[in-house]
Amino acid sequence: MSTTTPGPLQQTSATFVGMPTFPQAARAALANTQQRKNLRHATHTIRGKRERVVAEVPEWEALRVAGAEAKDEALTHLGDYLEQLEASLTSNGATVHWARDAQEANRIVLDIVRSKEVDEVVKVKSMVTQEIELNEALEAAGIHAWETDLAELIVQLGHDRPSHILVPAIHRNRSEIREIFLREMGTVGRPAPDDLTDDPARLAEAARLHLREKFLRAKVGVSGANFAVADTGTLVVVESEGNGRMCLTLPETLISVVGIEKVIPSWEDLAPMLQLLPRSSTGERMNPYTTMWTGVHEGDGPQEVHVVLLDNGRSHVLADRVGRQALRCIRCSACLNVCPVYERTGGHAYGSVYPGPIGAVLNPQLRGTASTIDKSLPYASSLCGACFDACPVRINIPELLVELRGQVVEQEGRTAESAAMRAAAWVLSDPKRLAGAQKAAATAGRVVGTRTVRSVPGLGAWTNARDLPTLPTESFRQWWARERGEDDR
Amino acid sequence: MSARDEILARVRGATSDIDTTPDDRGPVVVVDETSPGEAETLELFAENVADYRAQVVRVGPSGVAAAVAGALSDHGCRTVVVPSGLDPSWRAAAEGVARVLSDDEATTHLARDDVDAVVTASAVGVATTGTIVLDHRPDQGRRELTLVPDTHVCVIRADQVVHDVPESVARLRPGPEGARPLTWISGPSATSDIELERVEGVHGPRTLVVVLVESANG
Repeated sequence: MSTTTPGPLQQTSATFVGMPTFPQAARAALANTQQRKNLRHATHTIRGKRERVVAEVPEWEALRVAGAEAKDEALTHLGDYLEQLEASLTSNGATVHWARDAQEANRIVLDIVRSKEVDEVVKVKSMVTQEIELNEALEAAGIHAWETDLAELIVQLGHDRPSHILVPAIHRNRSEIREIFLREMGTVGRPAPDDLTDDPARLAEAARLHLREKFLRAKVGVSGANFAVADTGTLVVVESEGNGRMCLTLPETLISVVGIEKVIPSWEDLAPMLQLLPRSSTGERMNPYTTMWTGVHEGDGPQEVHVVLLDNGRSHVLADRVGRQALRCIRCSACLNVCPVYERTGGHAYGSVYPGPIGAVLNPQLRGTASTIDKSLPYASSLCGACFDACPVRINIPELLVELRGQVVEQEGRTAESAAMRAAAWVLSDPKRLAGAQKAAATAGRVVGTRTVRSVPGLGAWTNARDLPTLPTESFRQWWARERGEDDR
Repeated sequence: MSARDEILARVRGATSDIDTTPDDRGPVVVVDETSPGEAETLELFAENVADYRAQVVRVGPSGVAAAVAGALSDHGCRTVVVPSGLDPSWRAAAEGVARVLSDDEATTHLARDDVDAVVTASAVGVATTGTIVLDHRPDQGRRELTLVPDTHVCVIRADQVVHDVPESVARLRPGPEGARPLTWISGPSATSDIELERVEGVHGPRTLVVVLVESANG
C-alpha cells in the first residue's frame, strides 16, 4: 500500500504474543459445537434485526456516504481537528493528556487514579481500554478495575476474553453464565443469590445488585468515547444498560481514553453518526441511553474530567492512503454479524480485541505483519464482500484484505505458494510442457482413483480446509484425441 | 519532544498527501427523513416510544397533573424525588400519592437509591427513533437524578417533538451560553447480553412512563 510518513507500529501486547495463526485457532474453535451454536443464533438474530431497521430508512445509502465523509474530513485533517478538540475541551474545564502508546496511556491513567488515593475504579465498556490492557496495568498496581457492562462482567468474572465487539459474551449461554455468577461474584463483592436460576431476567437482576454497591461508592470512573466533537469539545458514549450513565455521572473524577480517530469535525456530524450507529450495531432505531458531556458541568456529574488522546499505531495506519479508511470504523460490529468466517470461528481466533472482518484489516495495519497471527489475518476471509455491504461508513474491507495479502506475500519472499505459482506459470507458458504435465496428472488420477484427496504435501494450509476434486484419468486433449481426432497430437 | 507535539507531527506527516484545507467540504450534508405532517410525527413518536416498552400516556394540558399522579400510583411508588424547577402543579399531584423529596433533600447516592421514582420535564423528543432528550435544566435536574430511581415519569410537550435525528441535533447545538450535558433516552434500561434475549432494566430505571402533552385544540 502507498504511504507517506508512517508513525510507529502498535506493540503487540503480551497477551497476544505467540497466539496461534488464525487457521490453527479457528480449527480449535470449529470443534467447539456449543460455541458455534451460540454464535450462529446470536449473529443471525442481530443480522435480522439490523436488516429490518435499515430498511426503514429510504436514504440509507446517502447516510453511509455522509458518515464516511464526516470521518474522512476528520482523518485527512486530523492534526487541525485534534488541536481544535483540545482547545474546546480545555476551555470547558477538562484536562487533556496525550499518549503515544499503550504504556504511556496506562501510566497517565494510573497517575490520576493514584492521586485520588483509591484502590478501585468503575469502567464503562470500552474497546480502547481493552486494546491498551488498562485493567491489567491497574491490577498490577493494586487497583481493581470493575467492568460494569453485563457482558464485560461475565467475561471478567469468567477470567475469559471478549469475543465480539458489541456483545463480548456472545460465546456463552445462560447456564454457563449462571455458573460463573454463582462461583465468582462472592469473591469480588456481593455474591449471587443461592437460588439463582438461568433465566436472563434473574441473571441481570443479580448483576444489578452486585454492581450497584460498586457504582454508589466509586470515586473514579473510566470510559472511552464513541465520538469526540472537535468544535464543541463534546464526548459521546452510547449504551443500553445505564451502567455507562452510572460511571459517567456518579464518580467525582472521570477519565476518558479516546483514540485519535474518534474525532468528528462538528456538532452537525453527530446527526449521521447517531442515525447510522444504533441501526448498524444492535439493530435498534436508537440505543436506550446516550450520554453527551462537554468538559465539566458545574454541579452535575464529575467535577474533575480528564481526556487521554491515544495514538498507539493509529498514525501509522493514517499514513497509508488506501489503508487509512479502516480508521473510519465506528465499532458497530455489523461486519462481524454478517461474516461467514466469524460466525463459525468466533472472536478469539483473531488474536486481538478487534475480531471479525474489521479486525482482520485493522490489526495487521496497527501492528504490522511480522507476527504469525497478523500475517494470517488477511487470509481469515472468504472475500464474499458482505462486510463491505454492511459497513455503515463504507470501509472497503475486501479491498484492504487483498492489499494486505499482497503485502504479506511480498514480505515473505519465496514460499511454497509463490514457488507453486511460478511453476504453474512455467508449465502454462508452453503447450508441450502443458501436455506433459497433463499426462502426469492423468497418471496420478489413475493411481488415486475415486478416493478423495484431503491434503497435498507442501500445500497443507490451502488444502486442509478444502477437499480436492477427484483427479481426472485423462486430460481434455487426450480425450479429444481418443474420441474425435487422429492427428491432433 | 512532548507526546502532544510528537503525535501531532506524526499525524501531519501521515496526511502530507492531502492538499485540501479543513472545511473545504462545505456545509455538512443532512440526510433527513421527511415527515408527512405534524400529526403523523406525533403518532410516530408515540408508536416508537411504546415499541421500546415504555408506557405512553397522551393528555391535554389540563391532564398532566392527574397523569403524573396516576403513573406513580400505578407503579406503587411511595417516595419520589423531583428537580427544583419542576412545575409546582405536577409536584403537588405527586404529593397526593407519595412522599416527595426535593433534589437537595436526597443529596447522597445512597439516599437516592432508596427513592422509588423521579418526575421530570424534558427538552426534545425524536419521532423516528422514539427518543427523549434531557438537557438537565432545572425542570429536569442533574443527570443522576433520572438514573438511580427505578421509575422515571417524564413529561414532554407536543411542540418539543421533532421528526428525525438531524432536526434534534440542530435544536440541541450548544449556544453561546455554553454546552449543557445531554441524556438521550429510548425506552427503559435494557440488555440483550444473555443469548440476545432482551431484558428490561439492568442499571437504569426499569419503568419509563412518558406523558405526552398535546395542545387543547390539537
